Amino acid sequence: MIQAPDLPLWAAIAVGFLVLLGASITLIGALGLLRLRNFYERIHPPTLGSTLGTGCILIASMICFSTLHSRPMVHEVLIAIFVTLTTPITLMLLARAALYRDRSEGSAGVPQDLESVSASDIQQFAPDQP
Amino acid sequence: MKRLVPFPLLALALFVMWVLLTGFSPGHILLGAVVALLVSRVMLTLKAEPPRIRFSMAIVRLAMLVLADIIRSNVAVARIVLFRPAGQRSGFIEFPTELRDPQALAALAIIITATPGTLWLQHDAQRHLVLIHVLDLVDEAEWIALIKTRYERLLMEIFV
Amino acid sequence: MSTLFLALAITAAQILLAFAMGCAAFRILRGPRAQDRVLGMDALYLAGMLLLLTYGIQTGRTLFFEGALVIGLLGFAGTVALAKFLMRGEVIE
Repeated sequence: MIQAPDLPLWAAIAVGFLVLLGASITLIGALGLLRLRNFYERIHPPTLGSTLGTGCILIASMICFSTLHSRPMVHEVLIAIFVTLTTPITLMLLARAALYRDRSEGSAGVPQDLESVSASDIQQFAPDQP
Repeated sequence: MKRLVPFPLLALALFVMWVLLTGFSPGHILLGAVVALLVSRVMLTLKAEPPRIRFSMAIVRLAMLVLADIIRSNVAVARIVLFRPAGQRSGFIEFPTELRDPQALAALAIIITATPGTLWLQHDAQRHLVLIHVLDLVDEAEWIALIKTRYERLLMEIFV
Repeated sequence: MSTLFLALAITAAQILLAFAMGCAAFRILRGPRAQDRVLGMDALYLAGMLLLLTYGIQTGRTLFFEGALVIGLLGFAGTVALAKFLMRGEVIE
């Protein structure tokens, strides 16, 4: 299914280039999921797709729809804002969950809890179970 | 004015979102304004502190800086993924932050995590330490100085 | 001429995004641990959202935009719920 909207030449070149660039960046990010060694390294590459990859494709979409309807259409900004605000939250939560799991298993190569004071307090003051 | 619109920035954001999603027509602009005014009052029950932001050129400078850094670190992370340079190693750093305002810390967390190659993990509110994972860790002190001079100073200017 | 170029570029981009979804799906299947699978799911959602946007450009219809927004929302909610589950063992405490 080879089809495309009828755009003037400059818009076609810009849209085609940006879409290809965005897709390639997202693919590199996904390749990083396969190629890097441990979880904390692997959590970095998907950010490629969610920053520049999404940005390129959204700008391409903006150019395409603005020239098609011959008026500025910027509703793609919503997706951009949404993705920029949500990706850090998901990655942060996921990394903290992984850190928590690694710590509770006592894995090597993971920094100890920053709030280790409270943990030792609990151990100290916990009454011995009979 | 303050009683009527307790969170003007939130109301404005909701209004813009409504108009962008539904298209420009007088009816929807009116409806969007009503929705924005009513829904932004929901935040009152959360008892959230209104943000103390100083509007200045620092916001524009920070936005430009973050945009340039995102592009630059995209290239850096893509190089690591594709070519796997031999000396590359990742690790955790502990960043002593001077920011105390929760909203400024949230902004710093979003900036650091949205930039590929660095990830905000944990913030210790008692000792003011932030745990950050860096994909390409060459020198720990260099990263700390970088975050301090590039983002933290501007954020302290923006959030009073 | 320009339409043919654009059509080829969009189709190539869709193939690249499909490969990206394949990589993410491989990480979901392979693991090795639960957090890797959740990370793969997040990347899969993101690539799927971008694929839908390229379909929107291809057909020139804004319908796909709303679909992409919904996928983005679902991906966010799903990943947050799963991360919470990994941390606490339950989603709503």
